[in-house]
Amino acid sequence: MTEEDKILEEVTGAEYKYGFTTDVESDTIPKGLNEDVIRLISKKKEEPQWLLEHRLKAFESWKKMEEPDWANIKYKKPNYQDIIYYAAPKQKKELKSLDELDPEMKKTFDKLGISLDEQKKLAGVAVDFVMDSVSVATSFKDKLGELGIIFCSISEAVKEHPELVKKYLGTVVPTTDNFFSALNSAVFTDGSFCYIPKGVRCPMELSTYFRINQAGTGQFERTLVIADEGSYVSYLEGCTAPMRDENQLHAAVVELIAMNDAEIKYSTVQNWYPGDANGVGGVFNFVTKRGLCHKRSKISWTQVETGSAVTWKYPSCILKGDDSIGEFYSVAVTNNYQQADTGTKMIHLGKNSKSTIISKGICAGKSEGSYRGLVKIQKSAENARNFSQCDSLLMGDKCGSHTFPYIEVKNKSAKIEHEATTSKIGEDQIFYCNQRGIGTEEAIALIVNGYCKDVLNQLPMEFAVEAQKLLAISLEGSVG
Amino acid sequence: MLEIKDLKASIEGNKILTGINLKVNAGEVHAIMGPNGSGKSTLSSVIAGREEYEIEDGSIDFNGSDIMALSPEERSHKGIFLSFQYPIEIPGVSVSNFLKTSLNESRKAQGLEPMPAGDLLKMMREKMELLEIKKGFLSRSLNQGFSGGEKKRNEIFQMAMLEPKLAILDETDSGLDIDALRIVANGVNKLKSKDNATIVITHYQRLLDYIVPDYVHVLYDGKIVKSGTKELALELEENGYDWIIKEAEGK
Repeated sequence: MTEEDKILEEVTGAEYKYGFTTDVESDTIPKGLNEDVIRLISKKKEEPQWLLEHRLKAFESWKKMEEPDWANIKYKKPNYQDIIYYAAPKQKKELKSLDELDPEMKKTFDKLGISLDEQKKLAGVAVDFVMDSVSVATSFKDKLGELGIIFCSISEAVKEHPELVKKYLGTVVPTTDNFFSALNSAVFTDGSFCYIPKGVRCPMELSTYFRINQAGTGQFERTLVIADEGSYVSYLEGCTAPMRDENQLHAAVVELIAMNDAEIKYSTVQNWYPGDANGVGGVFNFVTKRGLCHKRSKISWTQVETGSAVTWKYPSCILKGDDSIGEFYSVAVTNNYQQADTGTKMIHLGKNSKSTIISKGICAGKSEGSYRGLVKIQKSAENARNFSQCDSLLMGDKCGSHTFPYIEVKNKSAKIEHEATTSKIGEDQIFYCNQRGIGTEEAIALIVNGYCKDVLNQLPMEFAVEAQKLLAISLEGSVG
Repeated sequence: MLEIKDLKASIEGNKILTGINLKVNAGEVHAIMGPNGSGKSTLSSVIAGREEYEIEDGSIDFNGSDIMALSPEERSHKGIFLSFQYPIEIPGVSVSNFLKTSLNESRKAQGLEPMPAGDLLKMMREKMELLEIKKGFLSRSLNQGFSGGEKKRNEIFQMAMLEPKLAILDETDSGLDIDALRIVANGVNKLKSKDNATIVITHYQRLLDYIVPDYVHVLYDGKIVKSGTKELALELEENGYDWIIKEAEGK
């Protein structure tokens, strides 16, 4: 066994830190999916009729759809009748402040390192927390309210701001878009909603933490962010789950709408349970994320993906407006038996629309990582520009990295650049660091962070630090 | 300071070092010369603790204690520095970030707090001046896109920051033009004190005009076959290695 292999063995054994479960009483419905279940969810959430109809329509389409199998991933397809579609932690309704939270739930926050109070004071971050199917806490709502910013759970938005939800829900990701988005549209239980009024610059980061707690449940959250004309918002989501032997399904839909001259920065630190070192358990992360850009607006997706057993995710931008800008910055780490097929779609419709794609894949252990990206320049997109850079970093020789770039150009004035590299962390690099007094674990963290710098720089400061630590933990020692 | 006894090492079954004996005291400069493939770079790697080499026999003592079982980083923390013949690139990691990590890891090993940013910056500036390094260098990615001269200068810059007890300079002169050679050698000389020692590994006498050795050793076939003073280097420059090889093989 070479030194490389030894280090590799040692390191790929890093433990998942968020694998605890929270012992709170939960209100669940029987497992399985049919029209009655959807009606029950809708009723439990006291929804208006139009939303129930929206759900039922989605369910009808879903029943006719096939689960996609074109991605470079292998997994046992979930039995959709064996999943619980609604689970909510039981607690007193209408929390006035976070102090009223169930103490067990508070412990969860602490373990996750969220410490809502701390964050409030230090970073000025407004946090929404979604456990299993419902949102349990949103901080900072009053202060945001003074500016006319709405930041709440989507269930609450349905009740308080039905006109906005009705106007925009499903406009960027239609219910019939794909298998998982149709499923989500039928059964989504909660998620976050955010509206920034005209000309308002949201003064703080908005953040949502998602957590799957209950066994046998799926998480189907729905997020809708609307930035009205000339506004700006930076939004971050984080995700964790307990360690379980079974595979849990997470099928979320995120829709972003940037009106004229608006800007949305959407950052994700995804750390769902990846399964154990032998590939048992872990979350199936099948997510549809898409943003619509009107004139001169900008949507920027940044993702640091370290978790999940299987990831299928392509945050995309529809650059509808002239002079609109779409960006995608991604770090995707796979280790052990994890699989990720992720990338983006940049659809250019507007004149002078620009897009940038920076994708950094890191594969260790026996994992498989794929970048899949589409750059589409429609006929109307005069002078469109795209720059793509897809890099892969391999650790050891048992993992695989793949790149599937698709380019479709229907306008001759387009300029498209594509760069790709594949590299390896070498023994030489490690020894060099060692010689300068830097231990192997530290060295890996240093090298990986250097490799991801262009992406990490896009994250808000405090989350960049968190993401750096997360990268180090996910890859502890997995070098060659 | 450094005492190597009967050191034998191999890689993948090939015997490279076949019985090295070497003693280096504080305040001394030793030059190790020898033809290609004689084991010079292997010797420096083995002293630094590179694990791909198999140590078959012998011992390495550093400041009175056996370091054979120590990892490369532990040896570094004890004050052993190796200037690489081919410094490694680490994209995205700035020179300053690398140095900060390196220095603070060493301090941590000694039970010290990380160096305050202000002090660190001041120290970097001083050492940069010593090696005539331009501003802007600190924010570049480590060794990426560096010229041969910049890479070597960066090695000596790191050495200046870490203030090692024993510095091994592996072919530091290769790839340097005459001006760069002078700057680098100058830096090394200024860092020399009665408490530290230097081992210079080189093919050519040229470097030894600038860094004057107290002792010169000739390595051939994994052994030191001849030792002498700086005059030996001049003799080698004039007559090549053949006469020493013949002498060694005649023994």
